[in-house]
Amino acid sequence: MTVPNDPTPAPASAAPPKPTRLAPIVTLDAKFFWEAADKGEFVGERCADCGEFRFPPRPMCPRCHSVRREVVKLSGHGKVYSWILPRHPMPFGFKESPIVAVIELEEGYRLVSNLYEVPFEQVRAGMPVEVFFAPTMGNHQVPVFRPRAK
Amino acid sequence: MARTFREAAIAGVGATEFSKESGRSELQLAAECSKAALDDAGIHPSEVDGMITFTIDNSDEIGLCRCLGVKDLAYTGRIPGGGAAAVATIYHAMALVNAGVCNTVLIWRAMNERSQYRFGQPHTQAIGPQAGNGTGSLLWCMPFGAQTPATWESLAAQRYMQQYGVTNLDLGRVSVVQRKHAATNPAAWFYGKPITLEDHQNSKWIVEPVLRLLDCCQESDGGVAIVVTSLDRARDLKQKPVHIVGACQSIPYNVEVISNYYHADLALMPEAEGTARRLYAQTGMKPSDMQMAMIYDAFTPQVLKQLEAFGFCGRGEAKDFVKDGHIELGGSLPVNTNGGLIGEAYIHGVNNIAEAVRQVRGTAVNQVPNVQHVLVSSGMAGAILAQG
Repeated sequence: MTVPNDPTPAPASAAPPKPTRLAPIVTLDAKFFWEAADKGEFVGERCADCGEFRFPPRPMCPRCHSVRREVVKLSGHGKVYSWILPRHPMPFGFKESPIVAVIELEEGYRLVSNLYEVPFEQVRAGMPVEVFFAPTMGNHQVPVFRPRAK
Repeated sequence: MARTFREAAIAGVGATEFSKESGRSELQLAAECSKAALDDAGIHPSEVDGMITFTIDNSDEIGLCRCLGVKDLAYTGRIPGGGAAAVATIYHAMALVNAGVCNTVLIWRAMNERSQYRFGQPHTQAIGPQAGNGTGSLLWCMPFGAQTPATWESLAAQRYMQQYGVTNLDLGRVSVVQRKHAATNPAAWFYGKPITLEDHQNSKWIVEPVLRLLDCCQESDGGVAIVVTSLDRARDLKQKPVHIVGACQSIPYNVEVISNYYHADLALMPEAEGTARRLYAQTGMKPSDMQMAMIYDAFTPQVLKQLEAFGFCGRGEAKDFVKDGHIELGGSLPVNTNGGLIGEAYIHGVNNIAEAVRQVRGTAVNQVPNVQHVLVSSGMAGAILAQG
């Protein structure tokens, strides 16, 4: 059985290990997402005129072509859509294979992230999950998921 | 040269040896395979007036012109999207000849993709968010450990496997067939090295539960070039002309190359379905008109998905189509008769186009009898080649 890399901090007695996960690549149109993640907030981008969510972030709404956008706080709830375990080569920044998953968010779009607190063999399609944050190099954070508390 | 519509044909193909360490520059590989393709056609290199390669090919057009002594280049262009758009080079060359803009179009792809860099290793720096690669959303994968082509492929393929009950054993059968084809192809890296399904199942996991080592294409050094001209002219040249009956591409909304997780249903391949629709409409042909197919096979699941998208079998039926022997030599639709990118070499799909040309000419080492029409697909682009 595979035990995924545990992102929770080490006990207070030990010196916390430095995060080795790659920091996000920040582009101008996605800066809002990563700045919010650094503060522990999970946000999305919506057209300020017609209200359409879009991901990956982009400067224009494909439905009404408005360039006005608003950043909104998301529920952080979603469902597992697909999931894998990269075995070889070990992904850069990980000591053990992480579960990589495509998550379908309650707001109606998907993103790639990691799944924790569930063994790989017990992951199921449609499993309800909730967001939390994992640290990266350079003092940043990225949103990751775990089974939703009942 | 009047700008009237002219049918296009492939007049020449050329390649270097396929290896893991070429020992020379990528530009030299490009020049050698280009010269070989032009010699094959019987066209002097100075006559090239159009050049097409991939966005990510490292050799410069002018550098290659200076090797070949090209006297006056009328057109040069690059195709985005990596290997998924390999067959789009044929589409562009066909359109240039159809429009009377060029008379001798040279397509090339040459790389030291094993000895100089590694496509299969984490791409943490190499192909990040640059434009033109068709893979702009990779930056949404990197921090989560999805850093290689195998992981990007698997995130979508796993959904396909869930939907249709496809197992890694089913994928293994594709690999076994292709290695069988490579085993009798002296140009293939895996010449004389067939595998069994047991070998496949014993190979290490690359991405669980989708890809084992033997589900993945090779990393190769080498170059392949193709010369496209008018069908009329090709009839007077050295080789039997190979008519480009039709060629097109399709990139539906929200589809992208490899980090392709945002369109409606990841169990489907809308770019291949779109290409199939457009190609069959353009040519008036149907799947049963093909005697064989060359299908982009960076990873085994892509072969299954494209067999379904091009209508050779129904959705979810490709695993049984393969199991029943249809894609083997002697089957109803032999596929990747050179061994493909898995068995012959990974020259980004262009070596698969060259094999289609040899099959239409009747000169392939694993020749399929009576080849009238071959479908060539690279997922986002396709072509139908025929005797001219």
